[in-house]
Amino acid sequence: MAPEQIRHQRHGGGDDGLPEESGESGGQVQRQEFDIDSVLDEIDGVLETNAEEFVRGFVQKGGE
Amino acid sequence: MSEGRFSGEQAGVRRVMGIETEYGISMPGVPHANPVLMSGQVVQAYADSVGITPRHARWDYADETPLRDARGFDMGRAVAHPTQLTDEDPTLLNVVLSNGARLYVDHAHPEYSSPEVTTPRDAVIWDRAGELVTRAAAQRLAQSPPGIVLYKNNTDGKGASYGTHENYLMRRSTPFQDIVRHLIPFFVARQAICGSGRVGIGDDSRDVGYQLSQRADFFEVEVGLETTLKRPIINTRDEPHAEADRWRRLHVIIGDANHADVANLLKMGTTSLVLAMIEDGAVTADLTLQRPVATLQRVSHDPTLTTPVELVDGTRLTAVQLLWRYHELAAAYLDQRSPGELDPDTAEVMQWWERILTLLERDPMEAAPYLDWVGKLQLLGGYISRDRLEWGDPRLRAIDIQWSDVREDKGVFTRLERAGRFERLVTDAQIENAVTHPPEDTRAYFRGRCTEAYREHVIAASWDSVILDVPGSANLVRVPLLDPVRGTRELVGEVLDTATDVADLVRRLSA
Repeated sequence: MAPEQIRHQRHGGGDDGLPEESGESGGQVQRQEFDIDSVLDEIDGVLETNAEEFVRGFVQKGGE
Repeated sequence: MSEGRFSGEQAGVRRVMGIETEYGISMPGVPHANPVLMSGQVVQAYADSVGITPRHARWDYADETPLRDARGFDMGRAVAHPTQLTDEDPTLLNVVLSNGARLYVDHAHPEYSSPEVTTPRDAVIWDRAGELVTRAAAQRLAQSPPGIVLYKNNTDGKGASYGTHENYLMRRSTPFQDIVRHLIPFFVARQAICGSGRVGIGDDSRDVGYQLSQRADFFEVEVGLETTLKRPIINTRDEPHAEADRWRRLHVIIGDANHADVANLLKMGTTSLVLAMIEDGAVTADLTLQRPVATLQRVSHDPTLTTPVELVDGTRLTAVQLLWRYHELAAAYLDQRSPGELDPDTAEVMQWWERILTLLERDPMEAAPYLDWVGKLQLLGGYISRDRLEWGDPRLRAIDIQWSDVREDKGVFTRLERAGRFERLVTDAQIENAVTHPPEDTRAYFRGRCTEAYREHVIAASWDSVILDVPGSANLVRVPLLDPVRGTRELVGEVLDTATDVADLVRRLSA
């Protein structure tokens, strides 16, 4: 189902803070793929050093 | 605010709504610490940090009786003397916050129940205010190592799940069977947008892999009253906290806790729109699914979004195509009901809805900056390829858990968002403001401001009343708030601004 079938685009106007249909967001995604290594480097510093023990220790009771 | 806005005269996303979140809770290095006591400590720690004594502004569990509501406030005279309200279980702590929210111990989790709001955007803002509330509690508790850590997620991956529930005020006159029929297919499909992603398949992660939703594997039936076992796609709990002959509060238990603004906005906004269509009889297609519970899980288990769902008429669609059906119905509905300009909240939801479905249809990974499950999958995929991990690797499960850590320095989502990798729809300033200020267009405004200004005198509060101890009065005074769209800034702001003390406030509200 093609997105151009969708109505209501006209309600938007231009200056609504939404990403443009193609270029801008595509570029953002490109950048994301490009710098995934630097993201991993940053997140490395956050992660628990002993993942197995950390996962084992995360025990919850059911709720609701 | 006129009632008309909530009875379909203006078609759109606006209605009274809110989000309740039970946070995961853990003491580092002490896996079997008592979660009930820890949850009590969280509530106490937050209360201490903002100078609230939990014995003030407790929750009023008294059954409500219908009350006259001529001007929104019909002063009821006392149900109990203050001394009768002093019994309390230390593990069942409750506080009403100055933003109109409730922070309390629910079973074995601290729960933040947002104040009532009227737009999806405000739902996001006051939901995120809850993240700051729990973060503040965790910060305070960290001063006594090992501290207590909170997680905005919905499962431990070992068989336990805890909820993030949405509430939507609906017209009582809408047949419940219509809600069931038209909402189940939507709920099966919407996890493609608002799932938060999860490492592990099966309620206890018996199989390895990744799925869209934290919650899908915990659902067993289509309709029911339970929330803790035999969880239903449609929950029938019916406590309207409003005039019961006019309103139903639809209690939605199938959602995940969202971090991503776009996912959270769309969860609330598209659901509210579908409800509006149901109320107005505008879901003209029969989208009833075959085997909805099994389909819910199959859809969740397929991050490629290619798994077909089968309608009772034999039509096979993907979850995204099914969501397009709802989007088209909504577009037609809005065209018919609100020709011309849509209100900004509805326009925003419709545009994001279209944008996200377009991305998901083209390549789900393109939605990484907008949706929790895709952003999480992208990060996990990065680790898998860099470190050659298998899906069963505990590092991936650890990342999944740490994703939702509420601490600013430790939370993986928070770090990624700070790095600009998630689209923001609301600002830090808006969220910080919402920690201490109530929404202005619901009764939460009165609850929050009254709590803030007269903390010493608010003996108890609930969704639909505030009980005040007024000096010079022998009895307590109950201010009923049965109508969710009274008690607003427009109606009581001036009285709250200019009242000289609580007695003056009560006198002027009664006048």
